[in-house]
Amino acid sequence: MSDQNVNPMLPDNFSISRIKTETDDTFTLELQPSKGILNLDFEPGQFNMLYVFGVGEIPISISGDPCSKDKLVHTTRVVGTVTKAMRKLRIGDQVGVRGPYGNPWPVELAKGKDVILVAGGIGLAPIRPVINHIIANRGDYNNVVLLYGTRTPQDILYPKEIAKWSEVHNILSFVTVDRAVGEWDGNVGVVTKLVARAPFDPHNAVAMACGPEVMMRFTILEMQKRGIPDESIFVSTERNMKCGIGMCGHCQFGAEFVCKDGPVFRYDKIAKLFEVWEV
Amino acid sequence: METLERFLTEHNFLVNLEPEFVKQIVGCASNVHFSAGDFICREGRDADKFYFIREGKVALDIHMPQRGPVTIMTLNSDQVLGWSWLFPPYRWQFNAQAKTDVAAIAVDGSCLRAKCINDRLFGYEILKRFSQILADRLQSTRLQLMDVYSANG
Repeated sequence: MSDQNVNPMLPDNFSISRIKTETDDTFTLELQPSKGILNLDFEPGQFNMLYVFGVGEIPISISGDPCSKDKLVHTTRVVGTVTKAMRKLRIGDQVGVRGPYGNPWPVELAKGKDVILVAGGIGLAPIRPVINHIIANRGDYNNVVLLYGTRTPQDILYPKEIAKWSEVHNILSFVTVDRAVGEWDGNVGVVTKLVARAPFDPHNAVAMACGPEVMMRFTILEMQKRGIPDESIFVSTERNMKCGIGMCGHCQFGAEFVCKDGPVFRYDKIAKLFEVWEV
Repeated sequence: METLERFLTEHNFLVNLEPEFVKQIVGCASNVHFSAGDFICREGRDADKFYFIREGKVALDIHMPQRGPVTIMTLNSDQVLGWSWLFPPYRWQFNAQAKTDVAAIAVDGSCLRAKCINDRLFGYEILKRFSQILADRLQSTRLQLMDVYSANG
């Protein structure tokens, strides 16, 4: 954003311009630079380090539209000290931002191919910029399928957008929940089982998966059953990131640093690490 | 019969099954249709059939006191509904309700069991394929039990 050559650990000040409650434990912040004009370019799959002053700094995926240059959008879930404090912030409050960081989703590689997007829970947030990118360049992609699983119907992120992606932008969307409650009339069952229903040519497809690691492991198995080669499967991993620039080693994943070499990895590059209990 | 055979030959569940075996299944099969809201089977009743779903969505549910029906999973086209026909006492473990209009192929369980006993190789193929369904559903249930989307997931 700012001239990171000065000090890559120094955040820029942003102010919160909008807060949206997505679900019981998930919310979206829209951020704008507090002063001056900053370059807000990012690639789908990248993340920023968000700093709640006096509390701490955490990595959060960028979940906005990469074509939108006037704000940063971050959807996050309340799980720890920083996100709890972040949820208490109000419009006009300041946060520090460093980034964008990380290896993005392979949207260029996917051109001319079928695209299968598999998301679990909050994992839809880092996938949304891919969808925004595809919508802006719809003619560059063949079949696009979104497979999305959540815990309950109340936990579904961006439900209106999902409907619009399907109806307006020809992105075939299957949503499933692990537990049906209320008047839910949709699919019930694990998201991995939706892979079998998705229409795609395994020899001309790119798959991108983001969600809990266990979910991704079983998603990969289903992809392999369908015949997608490992080098066409991409996963977004999550580790305890601290510096965001591959210096501190907090997020080391085998020989890789999740913050710098990831969070998006081609599956064949890290397949061995997926089999290791503790890296 | 020809339509049934063609459909069954192309069904995921029967992929690479010998044509002679497909013919044996066709001999126990018939086309059926259910309207949205119809119960295809009821918990505790005789499980004398299973179904290849051709089109539509089916919800498997179980009735819980105070909560009413709780949907455990949904099945869609190209999936198989029912394995209770294969094991004594041949009773449905859950309710199955059509959530949309459903077109399916029903297979008579006792007819197929008799053929499995008479032709052990055929019986092995059928059992092997149903075992795969059971394994898949067990794996799915484990994933659901892990509650991977919870804050601690």
